[in-house]
Amino acid sequence: MIEFELSDGQKNMQKMIHGLAAGLMRKWARWADDNEHKKVDEWVNFMWGALKGMGGGMGGMSKPKPAAEGEKKEKKPGSQNMQLAVMVEELSWGDGGLYLAMPFPGLGGAAVMAAGTPEQKERFLKRFTEGKPKWAGMAITEPGAGSDSAAISTTAVRDKDSWVLNGEKIFVTAGKSALDDSEGFIVVWATVDKSAGRAGIKSFIVEHGTPGMKVTKVEHKLGIRASDTAAVVFEDCRIPLSNILGDPEVKKGFRDVMATFDATRPMVAASAIGVARAALEEVQSQFKAAGVPVRYGVAANNLSAREKDLMMMEAQLKASRLLTWRASWMADAGIHNNMEASIAKAKTGRAVTWLTQKAVELLGPVGYSKKILVEKWLRDAKINDIFEGTGQINTLIVARRLLDYTRTELK
Amino acid sequence: MVAFMPSDDQKMIQDMARDFAVNEIRPKAHDCDENDAIPESVLQAGWDLGMVNAVIPAPYGGSGMERSAVTGALMCEELAWGDLSIAKALLAPALFAYPVMEFGTEKQKQKYLPRFCEQKFLRATGAVVEPAFDFDLSALKTRAEKKGAGYVLNGHKCLVPLGLSSELYMVWAALDGKPGYENVAGFIVEKGAAGLKLLEREKNMGLKALETAELKLENLEVPAENRLGGDQGCDFGRIASFSRVALAAMAAGVGRASMEYARQYAKDRVAFGEPIAHRQAIAFMLAEMAWEIDASRLMAWEAAWELDVKKPEAFKEAFLAKLYADQAVVFVTDCGVQILGGHGYIREHPVELWLRNGRGFATFEGTVIV
Repeated sequence: MIEFELSDGQKNMQKMIHGLAAGLMRKWARWADDNEHKKVDEWVNFMWGALKGMGGGMGGMSKPKPAAEGEKKEKKPGSQNMQLAVMVEELSWGDGGLYLAMPFPGLGGAAVMAAGTPEQKERFLKRFTEGKPKWAGMAITEPGAGSDSAAISTTAVRDKDSWVLNGEKIFVTAGKSALDDSEGFIVVWATVDKSAGRAGIKSFIVEHGTPGMKVTKVEHKLGIRASDTAAVVFEDCRIPLSNILGDPEVKKGFRDVMATFDATRPMVAASAIGVARAALEEVQSQFKAAGVPVRYGVAANNLSAREKDLMMMEAQLKASRLLTWRASWMADAGIHNNMEASIAKAKTGRAVTWLTQKAVELLGPVGYSKKILVEKWLRDAKINDIFEGTGQINTLIVARRLLDYTRTELK
Repeated sequence: MVAFMPSDDQKMIQDMARDFAVNEIRPKAHDCDENDAIPESVLQAGWDLGMVNAVIPAPYGGSGMERSAVTGALMCEELAWGDLSIAKALLAPALFAYPVMEFGTEKQKQKYLPRFCEQKFLRATGAVVEPAFDFDLSALKTRAEKKGAGYVLNGHKCLVPLGLSSELYMVWAALDGKPGYENVAGFIVEKGAAGLKLLEREKNMGLKALETAELKLENLEVPAENRLGGDQGCDFGRIASFSRVALAAMAAGVGRASMEYARQYAKDRVAFGEPIAHRQAIAFMLAEMAWEIDASRLMAWEAAWELDVKKPEAFKEAFLAKLYADQAVVFVTDCGVQILGGHGYIREHPVELWLRNGRGFATFEGTVIV
């Protein structure tokens, strides 16, 4: 079928989150932006209560598991990815930074969910169903390796009953929250054999408070200031052998780990769409209050510049959302969506950057002022074209799929 | 549910249209453009497949298939991928038949619909576009004034597909020249009507293979019974929306043709020791082309679905879908020429044709309908 109706369950959930976003999130949005690195306790505690109630928030992002050759697909298509896309859009409409600052398993938890042994899932994820608020993070980027994640040089050396980590990670979302402010953990990419390149890269789970690991810095950013972005240094940091993610007997390569991005990239796009939608709605509301007509159906050549800009903003947002939903639907349906996930992220990152900048432009001095949130939404939106694969990297992935080229054929 | 998978029936129609485009349309496209003509056999072959009349209800002689804007969008993309002129020619009769089918009086349906279910391709069309730079569906300059029980039409139309050779015309005019979709009425005009002045065949930048005409309405008298829908009139906004989603889907088709051709060229063409597709500048253009086409398609699908389930926002969504697709196809077809470099400028390759056709979408209101 080709159809575009959210289920009643999805609509109800969307409505509920919208209420939360309009109330609690918008209440703290400006304060959180002005008070970078301070937590909004009311937000943290409320969401923690809600998440615990939902079983720790791991009902979400799942990597599509396509049926094996010839195997009949009996499984009914799920809707978890679609559900999450709707939720993430709504939360981000509330506030892009506070959404990321929620105490929840996040990318770190998703990695454990995707690749962890049953014992690891219990050990690391159970904490999200009980006790005080906790965070988890994912540590990949290093000062010398961002887009080229295969070039990381944090090392993991096996020593008796431990792995010993050495290196430095930067840009770890919720890194400080996970390691210093709560009983959380981070998932760290390290190499067990630099000469093996990609094949030597494994993921390791590092608990808060582990000796030899230190949060050295929290970044001052353009936007999403409510979310802490940390630098973490490892100096002979010892972790149990059982903290290597997944079963060491199972050959889980670099490519498999990268594949989890197929599930998470559409969610980044969904978040971007929420922020952009907030900006679009602000412009619509200001125009309406000023009596600016928006005449759908009038020939494009006869529309005012304002009308045309506003309509293109609307169209670009819809286009982005449709591409994002497509990628999410494919994940739910078990259809390989590597190209579509990158399309969603690349296109949305670009569209949302343009849209939020347009919103400030169209609102003139009013858009530039901190009296309203539009300027903040421009700053918040920009990150979506950068993290979890820059727009350029995602475009590269799309191009390789389109051309059926390898990494060496298209650099 | 939110889903992006054509049903089995839709897939069948899509495959039929695709096969037709690959085998019957594309091989002829270049010559048709060069010679300003479409062989009758192509139009008849499409007619035989039921492209127009499959959805006409059985009581009037059609196959009674469910009319769906989504299905139409699937078909339109494939046909336009083949060639835009030929696609529009194949579907021109629907410009008359479908408004009658949805909004005609019973008498109008009985009089006209069976003619679309006969063996021979019936030349029929719709006249809506007007030759002014501020042409606007929401403010047509063609006027219809009441005269006695009937109407008299005055105005000037252009880009009328099969406009010189049609038997039947659905002419769109503003009642008393008033603006607004709610004031637009359709008038059934038969070939040879007094006051219907067919001017010469047009020469346009693109759509060269398609016979399009400019025509004048000079005190053209239309009896009341020939007003579409009688006194009830019709929902022109809805009709315009069906046209917009069809065109947005066609824009995706033309764009896709350009992207696929440029992609293959870029993989074959060697410069500086490697295929040019190895260079980011080229590869990134192709990636962007691909997602703009995907975006256009999905926008068309969503608006089409809203029309099918009669959502109140359908009018706005169809308008936005076309607004988006119009600019996307210009971008895509321009990239298509650019990737071929000098060769893209030469008519031996089809990319320049697709650029010429692509540029027209922003103007083509109401020239195709699903």
